[in-house]
Amino acid sequence: MNADAATTPMVLAQAVHKSFGRLEVLKGVSLEVAPSQVLCLLGPSGSGKSTFLRCVNHLEKIDAGRLYVDGELVGYRQVGDKLHELRDGEVARKRSQIGMVFQRFNLFPHMTAIENVAEAPQLVRGVSRAEARSAASALLARVGLTDKERAYPAQLSGGQQQRVAIARALAMRPKLMLFDEPTSALDPELVGEVLDVMRRLAAEGMTMIVVSHEIGFAREVADAAAFMDDGVIVETGVPREVFADPQHERTRAFLSKVL
Amino acid sequence: MRRPGRWIATAVLLFVLVAVAESVATNPRFEWGTVGDYFFSARILHGLVLTLELTVIAMAIGIVLGVVLAVMRLSPNPLVSATSWVYIWFFRGTPVLVQILFWSFIAALYPQISLGIPFGGPVFVHGDANALITPFAAAILALGLNEAAYMAEIVRAGIISVDEGQTEAASALGMTRLQTMRRIVLPQAMRVIVPPTGNETISMLKTSSLVSVVAIAELLYAAELIYAVNFKQIPLLLTISIWYLIFTTVLSIGQYYIERHFGRGTARAQPPTPLQRLRRSLAIRHAQVPPDPGPRP
Repeated sequence: MNADAATTPMVLAQAVHKSFGRLEVLKGVSLEVAPSQVLCLLGPSGSGKSTFLRCVNHLEKIDAGRLYVDGELVGYRQVGDKLHELRDGEVARKRSQIGMVFQRFNLFPHMTAIENVAEAPQLVRGVSRAEARSAASALLARVGLTDKERAYPAQLSGGQQQRVAIARALAMRPKLMLFDEPTSALDPELVGEVLDVMRRLAAEGMTMIVVSHEIGFAREVADAAAFMDDGVIVETGVPREVFADPQHERTRAFLSKVL
Repeated sequence: MRRPGRWIATAVLLFVLVAVAESVATNPRFEWGTVGDYFFSARILHGLVLTLELTVIAMAIGIVLGVVLAVMRLSPNPLVSATSWVYIWFFRGTPVLVQILFWSFIAALYPQISLGIPFGGPVFVHGDANALITPFAAAILALGLNEAAYMAEIVRAGIISVDEGQTEAASALGMTRLQTMRRIVLPQAMRVIVPPTGNETISMLKTSSLVSVVAIAELLYAAELIYAVNFKQIPLLLTISIWYLIFTTVLSIGQYYIERHFGRGTARAQPPTPLQRLRRSLAIRHAQVPPDPGPRP
């Protein structure tokens, strides 16, 4: 299934549709993210960016189209012409290879920072407690939180919580990281510390899809920017060019508000 | 005088309290001496042990089965969810006293009881219902199965109270539904589950006295048996009331510490326990004593 790694895109979406009841949120989204590429997904709220991101790790089921991660169908197995939904355990195993960072952090409040990071490797991968702890400790050091290992989430600032959340996702050694508006819930002065961590991650070659309104980050770090509106991708391109010279009317209208 | 209302209320209450205390202390029919005689008597203590056994076992059944029922109730499978709903509907909808009597008469319904694989499979236990389901077993079954229905609703409320983002984060990390429930959702739900469970336990301690109707010599029936002979109803009822009060107090203290344990991570710092506060205030008082004029190490 895995063809030549150089040619297999990390994420491949083909005409992805998704509705909630009668509301069609994704109306045929197609895009491609190559390994080690950073894609920034922009667009007004309600345009379907977050929903698309959640489809990529099967937190939402898609209604039509095809979605592949690293050459494998997301959430389904194709037998002949038919798609069979994967079992809970199989979906879980695939999700464990995709890291996700949420707008509201979603740290486990009853666990300390180091326990948050060390939990999933022990539970899902069966890593020993000592090994998971030392790996978690190294990850927290990487996001600059060595002195906060034993703090509970409620004792941390928003920026610190989000950095713990990133370390928690990295603990599963994901091949793809999804960021769902990671800085939207932060005070302005705390945004920088989270973006710094993401910038370093991108530099280390992590494949990332980032839903964000941080135009500066997109321009500097992203390899590609996709602009979404009303359930479709309106425009894709190199960030610098998209921002300097948007081709589409709706992109222009959006950028004039956020730039 | 400022705040005359407060002074008047205090005076009235003090008067009432003194009057009640005087009456309790001086009315010879309370027979406090008899209370003392029976407080540690073998039959009362035996009844106390039975009451505690009933409470602990019935609550254990109630909690375990309640968690199972709550998880079933939230299952996406409609048959599983409906089964749980019907169970709760039945056991919450009939009086527990009726259920106790029902289980004690189970032999009238099923004279023979077999435990095994039905429709021709092997049988593990087989016997006369009266021999298998003793009055004690009937009481345990009635109290435990009834409690499970209430615990199921308490646990379900706890599970629902946990933010959906927690389940999502756990799923995104690759945890299965059961792993998420066990490691992420239930520990957080405990904060909501523990206080009403404490109430249920205290309630169970007292509800267990209902099984006196099927002649189990728990605390109440033990007292009844004694005063049926010596007619000292009031002192014996006082004796067991004091025992009930002692154990409900112990349970309340236990509940306080369990709540603290599951509250960790929610407040920035936990407030000190009453014991810690006492120790701290003693330490401060010591510190306020003028320093010793002599040489100090």
